[in-house]
Amino acid sequence: MLKKEILAMLLAGGQGSRLGVLTATKAKPAVPFGGKYRIIDFALSNCVNSGIDTVGVLTQYQPLLLNQHIGIGIPWDLDRRNGGVTVLSPHVKGDSGEWYMGTANAIFHNIDYIDNVDPEYIVILSGDHIYKMDYSKMLAFHKDKKADATIAVLEVPLIEAPRFGIMNCDEEDRIYEFEEKPQEPKSNLASMGIYIFNWDILREMLIKDRGVHPDSDFGKHIIPMMIAKSRPLYAYRFSGYWKDVGTIESYWSANMELVRAVPEFNLYEDFWQIYTDSFNQPPIYTGPNADTRTSLLSEGCEVYGTVINSVLGTDVYVGEGTIIKDSIIMSNTSIGQNCDIYRCVIDEHVKIGDGVKMGTGENVPNEDKPHVYDCGITAVGVYSEIPQNVNIGKNCVIYGRTSCEHYNDDNCLPSGKSIYLESEGAV
Amino acid sequence: MKAIGIILAGGNNNRLGELTKTRAVSAIPVGSCFRCLDFPLSNLSNSGIGKVAVLTQYNARSLQDHLSSSKWWNFGRKYGGLFVFSPYLSDDNSYWFRGTADSIYQNITYLRRSKEEYVIITSGDAVYKADFNELIESHEKSGADVTIVYKEAAPGLDLRDFGILTLGEDDSVIDLEEKPLEPQSNLISLGIYVIKRTLLMDLVTKTISEGNYDLVKDIFIRYRRRLKIHGYRFDGYWNAVKSVKDYFDINMDFLRADIRRMFTQEQPYIETKPKDEPPAKYNANADVADCLVGSGSIINGNVFHSVLFRRVYVGDGSSVRDSVIMEGSRVGNHCVLENVILDKFVVISDGKRLVGSPENPIIISKGATV
Repeated sequence: MLKKEILAMLLAGGQGSRLGVLTATKAKPAVPFGGKYRIIDFALSNCVNSGIDTVGVLTQYQPLLLNQHIGIGIPWDLDRRNGGVTVLSPHVKGDSGEWYMGTANAIFHNIDYIDNVDPEYIVILSGDHIYKMDYSKMLAFHKDKKADATIAVLEVPLIEAPRFGIMNCDEEDRIYEFEEKPQEPKSNLASMGIYIFNWDILREMLIKDRGVHPDSDFGKHIIPMMIAKSRPLYAYRFSGYWKDVGTIESYWSANMELVRAVPEFNLYEDFWQIYTDSFNQPPIYTGPNADTRTSLLSEGCEVYGTVINSVLGTDVYVGEGTIIKDSIIMSNTSIGQNCDIYRCVIDEHVKIGDGVKMGTGENVPNEDKPHVYDCGITAVGVYSEIPQNVNIGKNCVIYGRTSCEHYNDDNCLPSGKSIYLESEGAV
Repeated sequence: MKAIGIILAGGNNNRLGELTKTRAVSAIPVGSCFRCLDFPLSNLSNSGIGKVAVLTQYNARSLQDHLSSSKWWNFGRKYGGLFVFSPYLSDDNSYWFRGTADSIYQNITYLRRSKEEYVIITSGDAVYKADFNELIESHEKSGADVTIVYKEAAPGLDLRDFGILTLGEDDSVIDLEEKPLEPQSNLISLGIYVIKRTLLMDLVTKTISEGNYDLVKDIFIRYRRRLKIHGYRFDGYWNAVKSVKDYFDINMDFLRADIRRMFTQEQPYIETKPKDEPPAKYNANADVADCLVGSGSIINGNVFHSVLFRRVYVGDGSSVRDSVIMEGSRVGNHCVLENVILDKFVVISDGKRLVGSPENPIIISKGATV
C-alpha cells in the first residue's frame, strides 16, 4: 500500500445504552440523526472533507447495520484502490480471540492493519458525536507544536466540567494534567475524545500498556502515562458545535434544534457536506391537505396529514388526518390515518395503525428503566407494529409486533409502561 | 447477457427553446430529482444489460457531467460498463453525426467488439419504465429481424410528431411511416428497438455507403418489406419530452401517486446521480400542498400543485402555484408565481409577479435574475 501521512481510526463499537430501545439492534454510531443521516456520517464526512482517505472503522456491538451502511465506502468516496474504508471487527488470533476491552485496547488489536498503512500520524475518533471539524487544521497544530499527542478540547461551562475529562494546560496549551470527571475542576477544557498521535510513539505505548491494563483506555491509561513521562502533549482548542447525543432527551433535543429557522448546527453549507448512504432519493410529496411546518422531511416522504416541529427520515408515510408534533420519525416508518403523535421517537421500519394516540397522559418515569425514559418521550423500537386505535402514554417503550391483546382492556398503555416482545439485547 | 444497449441522446429539439439552450434534451431535469436519460439508462441497467453506449452530440457537456461516474446505474464493471460517445475527428472521418444511423456507424467498433447477440436501441428523451427482458423474449419468440416498441396513442395526441405503425396479424408491421401528415393508425413508435447486433452492423454499413444516415427513415422504413419487423405493445406510462407543454405535463404527472410511486417506490427504482443534500426544511409559515419538493430545499411561503427540484428556496409570503422550479433556484419574498418554469439557478427578486398560462408557461432561463 502507498504510504499515508495520516490514518483515521474510528471507534464505532459502543452500545450507547442510555439510548434505550434505539440501540437494541444497532450500535450508537448507526442510530439515525437529522432525518436521513446516521451518527457515524458526521465523523466519516469530517474525515473525507479533511482530506483523510484511509479510515479504519472499529465495530463490536451489533455491527450488522453499520457494516451495511458503510459497505465499501461509496457514499463518502472511500471506495479506493489505495486506502479507503476498512471495517475492523474483533477477531481470533492464534488459539485465542479477544473482544475490544477498551478504546486503546481496540487500537492495539489492529496494529497489523495500521502497520500495513504505515502512517506518520494517527487520528483517533469516536463515531458517537455530531460535529463538523477540519482534522487537517488539528494536524497542522500537532506538527507545529512538535507534539507526541494532541487532544481536541472544547471549552465547556465550568459548572458542567465535572461531567467531562478535563485537560489542565499551561499558557502554551501544553497539557500537564488530565482529570477524569473532577469534582473541583481546575479548567474548563473538556476532552472531545479526538486524539492525534505520532504512530511510532503510540505503537510503543499501546504495547507497553497492554501488559499492565487489559482494558487499556486512552483517557484512563495512555494519556496519563504519557503525561507522567513528560511527553509533549498539547490541547487543540475547538470552538463550534459538538454534541454527544447519549441520552434519549439529548438525542431528541439535538434533533429538534435542527428545525429552527437558523439552527446552531447548519446542514445546508456547501463547503462541508455531510454524506450518507442515499442511492434512491425520490422527492418529498405533501398531499393536498398536508400541513408541514417547522420540520425537516427527508427524501421519499409522503405526507397527507400534519407535521409540526418534527424530524422525518427517508420514505416516511403519514396518513390523512394524522397530527405529528415534536417527534422524530425514522426512515421507512408508516403512520396511518387520524393518529395523534406527540413527543415520540419512533425507530425505522415501524408500522402504526389508524387512530393511534401516543404521548398523552401523565409524565411518570418508565417503571423498568426510569433512568433512561424520564423526560416524557415515548420510544418505539425498530420493526415494531402498533395496532389501530390504541392510546399510549408518556415514557412508554414498545418493541415488537404488538396487537390489541398486549394493551389493557381500554386499548391503553398507560404512561411509564413498556411492552417488550423482542429481546432488547444487553440493554 | 443477451444484449447491449444504445441510447440515442444526440438530438436537439427546437420546440424546447430555452430549456435546451445549454443542455441536451436527454439531460433535461424531470420529476424533481431525475434527468430524462436516467429512465432509459436505469431501464437498461435494471434489465441486466451491463454494457451501454450513450451517443451524444448536441450540448454534450450537460450529459457528460451527469454521467461523470457510471456507478450510480450499477455500471463501472470489469466487463462492459457505460460508454459515452461524441463525434471525433479521425483519419477517415471528419463529420459530425449526420443522423442516427451515422452515429451508430461511426461507433461501429463498439458493436464489433461486443459478443452479445442483440442490441437494444432507445431514445434518451422519454420518461418510462420497462423490462427489456420481456422485449427480448418476445423478439426471439416472433423470430423477427427487428422489433419496434409501440403504444396506442392517448386521444388528442398530435400523431404527426411520431413514427406510426400499421400492424397486421401477430403484431407484424405492415407499414411504418415517420411523422406522416395523414396517420394510418394511432399506434406510435416509442423509438425503442431490438435488432441482432450483426444485422445492425450490416445495415448501417450498407446505408452509410449509399449516402443515407437515418435509422428509421433509411433503414427501418426502407427495408420494411425486406425485413421481418414486429411490434411489441407497451401499455405502461410513456411520455417523451417533445415540447415545453410536454415537459410541463410530465413534471405534473409526478404529482399523481400511481405514477410517482411506480418510478420511485416500486422496485426496480429509476436511479440518478446522487447529490448529498440535507432534508428539506419547512419553516414556520410554510404551506405546501400537493407538491413535490427536492431535498435541500427551504420553504417559507405557500406552494401549491408544483414540482420543486433540489435546493430550491421559497421566501416569506411568496405564493407558487402550478409551477416547475429547477435545482438551486431562489424565489424571494412576496413573489407570485403561476404556471412558470424556472430553469436551474434562477433568482426571482422580492415582490416579483410572474403569471403564465397552462398552455404557455413562462420560462425563465438558467441562471437568470428577474
